[in-house]
Amino acid sequence: MLAWIPLFPLIGFLINGCWYAFFQAPVGGRKAHATLPGIIASLSIFASFILSLLLFLQLKDMPAEARVIEQTVFNWMHIGGSSGFHLDMAFRLDSLNTLFTLVITGVGTLIHIYSIGYMSHDATPGRFFSYLNLFCFAMLMLVLGASLPVLFLGWEGVGLCSYLLIGYWYTDDEKASAGKKAFIVNRVGDFGFLLGMFLIFTTFGSLDFVALKTAFISGHGALAAIPAGVSPGTITAICLLLFVGCMGKSAQIPLYVWLPDAMAGPTPVSALIHAATMVTSGIYMVARLNFMFSFSPTALGVIATVGAFTAFFAATVAIAQNDIKKVLAYSTVSQLGYMFLACGVGAYTAGVFHVITHAFFKALLFLGAGSVIHGMSEEQDITKMGGLRTRMPVTFAVFAIGWLAICGLPPFSGFFSKDEILWQAFSSEHGSIFLWALGAVTAVMTAFYMTRLFYLTFLGQPRFKEVAGPGKSHAAHDSHGHDSHAKPKDGAIHVHESPLSMTGPLMVLAVLSAVGGLIGIPHMSWLEKWLEPVIPEAAEAATHMVPSMEWVLMGVSVLGAVLGIAYAFNLYKDLAKAAKLKQRYAGLHKILENKWYVDEFYQGVIVRPIFNLSQALWKNFDVAVIDRVVLGFGRVTQWTGQSARTIQTGSIQVYAFVLLIGLVASVGYLIYGLV
Amino acid sequence: MALSEFQVEPWLVLAFCSAIFFIGLAGLLIRRNILVILMCIELMLNAVNLTFVTFSKIHNHMGGQMSVFFIITVAAAESAVGLGLVIAMFRTVRSVDTDEIQLLKQ
Amino acid sequence: MDISPVFFYVFAALAIGFSLSVILKKNPVGNAFSLVMVFFAFAGIYAILGAHLIAALQVLVYAGAIMVLFIFVIMLLNADEPSFDMGRSHIGIKIGAGTLCAILFCTFVWAIKESPINIPAGRFTPEAIQASGGNTQVVSELMFSEYILPFELTSVLLLAAIVGAVAIAKRKLGKN
Repeated sequence: MLAWIPLFPLIGFLINGCWYAFFQAPVGGRKAHATLPGIIASLSIFASFILSLLLFLQLKDMPAEARVIEQTVFNWMHIGGSSGFHLDMAFRLDSLNTLFTLVITGVGTLIHIYSIGYMSHDATPGRFFSYLNLFCFAMLMLVLGASLPVLFLGWEGVGLCSYLLIGYWYTDDEKASAGKKAFIVNRVGDFGFLLGMFLIFTTFGSLDFVALKTAFISGHGALAAIPAGVSPGTITAICLLLFVGCMGKSAQIPLYVWLPDAMAGPTPVSALIHAATMVTSGIYMVARLNFMFSFSPTALGVIATVGAFTAFFAATVAIAQNDIKKVLAYSTVSQLGYMFLACGVGAYTAGVFHVITHAFFKALLFLGAGSVIHGMSEEQDITKMGGLRTRMPVTFAVFAIGWLAICGLPPFSGFFSKDEILWQAFSSEHGSIFLWALGAVTAVMTAFYMTRLFYLTFLGQPRFKEVAGPGKSHAAHDSHGHDSHAKPKDGAIHVHESPLSMTGPLMVLAVLSAVGGLIGIPHMSWLEKWLEPVIPEAAEAATHMVPSMEWVLMGVSVLGAVLGIAYAFNLYKDLAKAAKLKQRYAGLHKILENKWYVDEFYQGVIVRPIFNLSQALWKNFDVAVIDRVVLGFGRVTQWTGQSARTIQTGSIQVYAFVLLIGLVASVGYLIYGLV
Repeated sequence: MALSEFQVEPWLVLAFCSAIFFIGLAGLLIRRNILVILMCIELMLNAVNLTFVTFSKIHNHMGGQMSVFFIITVAAAESAVGLGLVIAMFRTVRSVDTDEIQLLKQ
Repeated sequence: MDISPVFFYVFAALAIGFSLSVILKKNPVGNAFSLVMVFFAFAGIYAILGAHLIAALQVLVYAGAIMVLFIFVIMLLNADEPSFDMGRSHIGIKIGAGTLCAILFCTFVWAIKESPINIPAGRFTPEAIQASGGNTQVVSELMFSEYILPFELTSVLLLAAIVGAVAIAKRKLGKN
């Protein structure tokens, strides 16, 4: 039954994909309607969700230690004899990945439904929904895989779908190259992942998670020590190589550059893949292999530092961005940094907790942004928005909840998870006041830039020209296509609230964002108890602080968030004041606006030299040497054939005569041998 | 029988066979009429048949005669198809001259 | 070999003479009739070699069926047409072919004469054949026992040849 969780989306993919490929693509995809493929796709992922829910309940009824459901689908490969390499296509559901499965299928279902409305004017919805379903299949395989190769299969599958969906509107050159960038940058990370996997196999001789974990368990059943014969250096190397893979997939410094560009894809894609699910697979892997990471303080230190710096760095960039999706993208990078910070200080539960809450509120924010973009006729610049509160009331309300959640105000979900991370960064044995300070400053900045985004979008005065008489054309909206309310010549736009298929999922996500944090209230955390079998208490860093400190820090972080919000409100109430501030720090603002010139740096240091080298090799070696040799062979052959074909006279007698000469020669040879 | 005192040497029969065979081969080479070429092929086949029968006789073994039986069958099939081809060729180029069909010419 | 030299020499002379006529005569009808004579001469040699069934088949299949086929085709194609007037092959090929054939023939004769012919005691001595009912019976029994598989295969071959010959020679449907 377990295998059906990933299989349902695969079936949806096949139906939509075949339908598109055989019936729509040949006629250019015109006249396609989003409803039918959308419903098929949504139903298939919804079926997975129901199944995940059933299996979750089944797990819940089991005793804590035995919460495992396993299914081997088929024997993938078998090399060598009975002692050789044996690999099954096996899925295993336990308390960790059941949470991921629920989030993926649940949020996935909502986003699929949302896409029906969002993609209603697209020319090729069948293609879109088949990609989306394929992504869900790969993602579910990633989290359900019982061994690293199966996980890797999903890992590559989600990378492929990410590429396909970022470049979904591939006729736009910029979007197509954004897809390529994501794919290539991920490749760098995947290389590290593969090396790590090879090293695990040569060290432990197995790639199955349970088998690996057993290697770390002593006779008493507790995580004891590094297995005999394995040096700590090897463990560190493995962990760092795997983390390189996470850097690529989960957008950490220095491989984060693809994620902001990935916003070129449709907004539901950004919400599902580049905020809620795929980018968190790095955290999933670290949490899954926590028994290994815990034995390498060096690797944990690297992870925590990289995570903290990524969180801080991305937040600084987000402050100065004007594109609504770019702000959210950098915010995602920043939040992913938080999650790695948590994992790096040994607080895997906190990391997973943040993955879940982040999936809720970031999906909500992205979909809300999508709704805004949809309502604003594809306008993404927040400096040209403002005052949408009255025009899009539902979007405004749900976005507000998402905003409060990401800012970390109680009792919204973001507060609990972020606070848990900050507390662990401060108090755990791997943590330090430095990491905490970076996280806390980031939290304040997060509150600031999210408030800026929120204020500029929804509050204040409209900064765009509006079509007169919105009420009249509003009613006509649903029956008309995008073209009917495209921007008129004078740049005026008709702002409208999105249809129910879009606002419905938004409302559900808003509720989840509001209450999702309740599963992890400090000191009575349901989540911690639930994850115990996978992330044992021993792996969790033991705190060595006085408990009252926790409340103080909590107060500090809430205060910081409130201060950030208040400052942003104050600043953007009067745009002239904001402009003056910008003027004063023009240099810094320019650096931030240009994202610290990291893209330019990569362009100059990595892309340009490789490009030039390739260019030189192409011109001087490929064309000058290889091509000439190959063409030379061709010419020699051609010349030989040209001269040899004169032998072909077509006369049967000549042929027979040549045959006779051959006969004489053979007989002569035989006679010669005889004599 | 008085004449049976005169024996025919086996090599003489075989030499006769090769004589017929090479007459056929020479005809194959010097004639351009496709019908005659087919006849020459029949000549060569017959020469081979006779060789088989001679060896059958020399060795007191029936395999040679059996082979001849099958060769006759193949020859019949061959001339049926060959003559069919001649008709088809004649219908196409209005001639049975092999120089008229030089489609393999460069 | 215990065969009559007189008959052999007569038949051999006939065969060589008529086969030369086959390749040298210009008229295809003449060629065909020379060929019939060669076939008859061969049938005679088969008979004196003791292969009676083969001799009969030679007359029936070669001199009968195949020759009739040839004559039919010649008649069908109107042998009187000038296209049948051949014999202008390249002189070089003529001489070359003649020389090479002569060389090969001499080599063959020399090789045949020099090679020792071992005579193992085969089962089918003339006496044994006589005892088991004559050549035809022996051949027939072998054909339906030891050689049954190739025998059956020849039927398939003949069927294929029939279909092939019809398919090649028939007019295309629709073209009058």
